Amino acid sequence: MDADHLALQYLLSGITKGSIYAVVAIGFNLIYSATGVLNFAQGEFVMLGGMVAVTLAAFVPLPVAVTGAVLLVTIVGCALELVFFRRLRRHSVLHLVIITIGLSIVIQEAALHIWDEKVRSLPYFTGNEASSIQLAGASISPQVLWVLGTVGLAVLALHLFLRRTLTGQAMRACSAQPEAAMLAGINLNNMRTLAFGLSAGLGALAGCVISPITMTHYEMGAPLAIKGFAAAILGGLGNPTAALVGGLLVGILEAASVSVLPAAYNDVTAFAVLLAVLFIRPHGLWGKPAGESVREH
Amino acid sequence: MNIISKILAGQLCCLALAALSSLPLAAAPRDNVIKVGALFSVTGPAAFLGAPEAKTAQMIADKINAAGGVDGRKIQLIIKDTAGSPEKTVSFARQLIEEERVLAIIGPSTSGETMQIKNLCEENQTLLISCAAAEVIVKPVAKYVFKTAQNDSAAIAWIYRHMRDKNISRIAILTSNDGFGVAGKKQLEDAAKAAGLEIVANEVYDKQATDLTDILTKVKSAAGVQAVVNWSIVPAQSIVAKNMRQLGMNIPLYQSHGFGNRKYVEQAGVAAEGILFPASRLLVAHELPDSHPQKAVLTAYLKDYETQFKEEASAFGGYAHDALMLVIEGVRRAQSTDPAKVRDALEKLKNFVGVTGTFSFSPMDHGGLGLDAFEMLTVKDGKFTIYKP
Repeated sequence: MDADHLALQYLLSGITKGSIYAVVAIGFNLIYSATGVLNFAQGEFVMLGGMVAVTLAAFVPLPVAVTGAVLLVTIVGCALELVFFRRLRRHSVLHLVIITIGLSIVIQEAALHIWDEKVRSLPYFTGNEASSIQLAGASISPQVLWVLGTVGLAVLALHLFLRRTLTGQAMRACSAQPEAAMLAGINLNNMRTLAFGLSAGLGALAGCVISPITMTHYEMGAPLAIKGFAAAILGGLGNPTAALVGGLLVGILEAASVSVLPAAYNDVTAFAVLLAVLFIRPHGLWGKPAGESVREH
Repeated sequence: MNIISKILAGQLCCLALAALSSLPLAAAPRDNVIKVGALFSVTGPAAFLGAPEAKTAQMIADKINAAGGVDGRKIQLIIKDTAGSPEKTVSFARQLIEEERVLAIIGPSTSGETMQIKNLCEENQTLLISCAAAEVIVKPVAKYVFKTAQNDSAAIAWIYRHMRDKNISRIAILTSNDGFGVAGKKQLEDAAKAAGLEIVANEVYDKQATDLTDILTKVKSAAGVQAVVNWSIVPAQSIVAKNMRQLGMNIPLYQSHGFGNRKYVEQAGVAAEGILFPASRLLVAHELPDSHPQKAVLTAYLKDYETQFKEEASAFGGYAHDALMLVIEGVRRAQSTDPAKVRDALEKLKNFVGVTGTFSFSPMDHGGLGLDAFEMLTVKDGKFTIYKP
């Protein structure tokens, strides 16, 4: 393998990891924009999506199982907002953030009881565990293309929804100017529920497409939430496009780190770069400084 | 009555009761029953070890008691769940030794927990038969401490011997960053020199790693690498196999005995084909010839366990099987439940056939197993099978 092919191989590996971080980071953003809360249970949506899909796949065809999982987790996301956050709205944002951490632990334990501690996974959507596609000298699993394609489409769809539809514009209005949006007749509470639902559904979809590669187990959510959070911060909170780029950057940084340093250092590298960026730009690469309508999409 | 006098009265009652109840105990010291304590991490991170161990021990005790016990003595098994915590292990061990006055403790499941109570058992002259693997448990030898799991170094010896037979000299080592991986890394490095192998890539990955394509890209680009050894007990064992095939790496992949779990083979699918790893014969019992000394023990254990619990037996349950059976064999030979006599009998025990291997103890060796407690296995058509060159 010559140097160019090797670089491409590392890049692809980084993009694969990064696209998953990106989805989690976008989930962070959606809920943050709508409610001002950082939802640390974001990784659990990914886990739940995978778990539900694996369970359903035993009874129904794969596409139905994935759709079912996404719908079910979307409902779970909405329910979380309705049951917890809507009632606790008067509490400070910090309290709500702590509650999300609590929820993340509760969801994990619930998953441990509903399923078990064992690792499971969906079958590869195309090909099998050993298939690979040659791409300009680098080899990748066809599932990687599924991940990239699905994540790409989901982000595009989300973008169109927020920009082109009335509901999407209403959601943006809520985060930009809650009072004005309310005066214009937008139901703030419902928009918040919608944000939780969208964020959960997006996470669940990611959980399904990555399941064949990374496998699914009840503890997988928390590490993803941390990386996704880092990606969201790196990109700048309140900006889904920046979250996408932030996620890809974190993934590529990790892969680049492995290529020169021992693999054990890849987290150190990723977080060192994050810290360095925050020293220079405290609001992230594309975030706007606080006070200047941080929460605009 | 105020609170203090209530407490005092309560304590006096307790004292009186304790005095009364200790009388018959002192008169009949642990002789009519075989009292065995069991410390297993039934829950917690090491549950995959402790859960089958506890099930196995209870199953054997019930079975022997139902058949009338050991030479008329019933087994009283007291199982405590350590949840993998060394602190809990120590306090349960004290309780078993001081209050329950057990003859022997079987377990703990992990090496860390075992080392916490090695001295405690030695000082109190209570037999400890550990189900953990680390060699420090029996090296240096403590009079009352034995173990039933194979040495990790024996697994490494198998792998390196196999490599020499295949003329492999340049290898890559991958390890996870948990206790098993870290200990294995050091042993793999040390043994490589002695075996004349050159380590051309040596990488550690996170125990929760979900994709190892980047690390394997690095391994692939290392000059002249002829085989990969992956040493971990985490799901990454399946990921390594998948990623290697996806990257088009066709060099042999060796795994530790931690791969001996059918779940990992299922997860790796076709990518698991051809993986080589040393493991207990339990996984391939059906392939052994009827003349093999372990055949009968293995078949009986597998049948009992799988009928009762409706799940596949693992090598870990086997460690508990052997630990309890060794205590029983010791009592049988010593014709006594005096710990000192049982200990002496165990130390003289030769060619005792267990699930894990054939045990022969000596005053110098309280592990009792040789290299032959492992078999080199491979995966063929999604199933474990004995490797045939």
